[in-house]
Amino acid sequence: MPTVQLVLHEFRFDQKTFWRNPASVFFTVLLPVMFLLIFATIFGNDTLEGLGGIETTTYYVPAIVTLAVVSATMQSLAISLTVDRENGLLKRTRGTPLPSWVFIAGRVGNSIVVSVLSLIVVSIIGWAVYGVDIPFERAPAVLVTLVVGAASFCCLGFAITAAIPSEDAAAPITNVALLPLYFLSGVFIPETEIPSGVLHFADLFPIRHFFEAFFTAWDPLTTGAGFEWGNLVIVAAWGVAGLAIAVRTFRWEPRD
Amino acid sequence: MSYGEVEAVRGIDLEVAPGEVFAFLGPNGAGKTTTVEILEGYRPRSDGEATVLGTDPGSAGREWRGRIGIVLQQSKMHPELSVRETLEMFAGYYSAPLSVADTITQVGLEEKAGTRVARLSGGQQRRLDVGVALIGDPELLFLDEPTTGFDPSARRRFWGMIEGLRELGKTIFLTTHYMEEAQRLADRVAIIVAGRIAAEGSPDELAGADGTAATIRFRTPDGELAGLPDGIDPVFDEAGFATFSAERPVEALHRLTGWALEREVDLQGLEVRRPSLEDVYLQLIARAEEQR
Repeated sequence: MPTVQLVLHEFRFDQKTFWRNPASVFFTVLLPVMFLLIFATIFGNDTLEGLGGIETTTYYVPAIVTLAVVSATMQSLAISLTVDRENGLLKRTRGTPLPSWVFIAGRVGNSIVVSVLSLIVVSIIGWAVYGVDIPFERAPAVLVTLVVGAASFCCLGFAITAAIPSEDAAAPITNVALLPLYFLSGVFIPETEIPSGVLHFADLFPIRHFFEAFFTAWDPLTTGAGFEWGNLVIVAAWGVAGLAIAVRTFRWEPRD
Repeated sequence: MSYGEVEAVRGIDLEVAPGEVFAFLGPNGAGKTTTVEILEGYRPRSDGEATVLGTDPGSAGREWRGRIGIVLQQSKMHPELSVRETLEMFAGYYSAPLSVADTITQVGLEEKAGTRVARLSGGQQRRLDVGVALIGDPELLFLDEPTTGFDPSARRRFWGMIEGLRELGKTIFLTTHYMEEAQRLADRVAIIVAGRIAAEGSPDELAGADGTAATIRFRTPDGELAGLPDGIDPVFDEAGFATFSAERPVEALHRLTGWALEREVDLQGLEVRRPSLEDVYLQLIARAEEQR
């Protein structure tokens, strides 16, 4: 099979396994949508004075897009790679002529496609249900943020598998790493409600920067193209660090 | 071939001929899996030479991996894919794969072709495993303890399938700790104990390795053994049977039964046994443990 075709072949089966797994569909795609509906229902009528008086729903759309992309990349990869590693499937695949990079490309491609789909779904629900404008004029900034973030969080997903000893530990460990950061970074709670010291702490981690880049693109008060290069560089730096760790520590063989 | 501080296997000198079914036997922890993983290209070795299909597995590339098929001791396929889809996925990795439909037939999963892996029994999953190893049309197939955890009837069905592969001319490197499996399937057997080859040969040769004497065993109604012919000098075993070993069992039997007819003595539970592969195996293990 020519290489491009082989990548597509791998991607096609990754899509099948993803969409047929109820847990992956629920936690990656449906849960972020549920969060958007819940937050918008609870805080929907408020405006955020600290952010120039924009509506809370306008704030939550980029926040939930951030959550959805991190779920589809880092969390989903960390869990599925650990399960496949412990089941011997990674080892088995390694014993075939399939090049490792094609295997990785299939998984990363799958995560990026799911991220794009989630972004579209959340944007459309935000627009149709809550009247949050889709920032078409800043589409390049949205896309660049998505690509940089998705790629970086994929690398972090591969990196964190080294810290996950068994398939049962995969979801708890990724949740311990991510859930507090969602709260501290203003993804679940508007940042105007969070003390500045906490936000500074959150600034050490990539989720806050990834969210800020999406927020600028969605913020109706943004003038210009809406690129947050400073935030994106930090997200990318985390991605590169994750890649370096993954290259050194990623295992194809079961732990036991 | 060592890992960390412990030398896992040493002094293993093996050769497997094309088209042969070779069984590699040994107790758990003897170094079976280590040896196989070196040959499969999964593990580096610290010393020695290994050549598989003309190539050093430690540095072999994609083309070489296309010529071998591997069934690991434990592995599961994606539960979300059907049998057919699993084979289609793996078929895509090889330059000249077998047909998916033929492979399904070969491993006897025709009825389950559209069933998801999650709903297959353990034995069926193992057959699919073998199908995945076969789909690239390999010259050499590694089977690492393929029937562990099977019930006896599933094991027999599995053996039937492996016999079908032998007829296709595949070279098979089988690891097992079931003697019956080796005796039934293998052309040649090597027994590894504590990282060394303790015996090697055809199952029949090995079974005869400790001399070709047969054991004859019987019981008389009242333990009456008076006047037995010369050369028949039995001892009683734990079950109260008289047993003796005979270099020429036909002759010994003839004399024994002649004696019994003449005296009208019933020979209860009469049996003639050759040492089985299992007897030889257990002796080797016991000897190795004594030496430790």
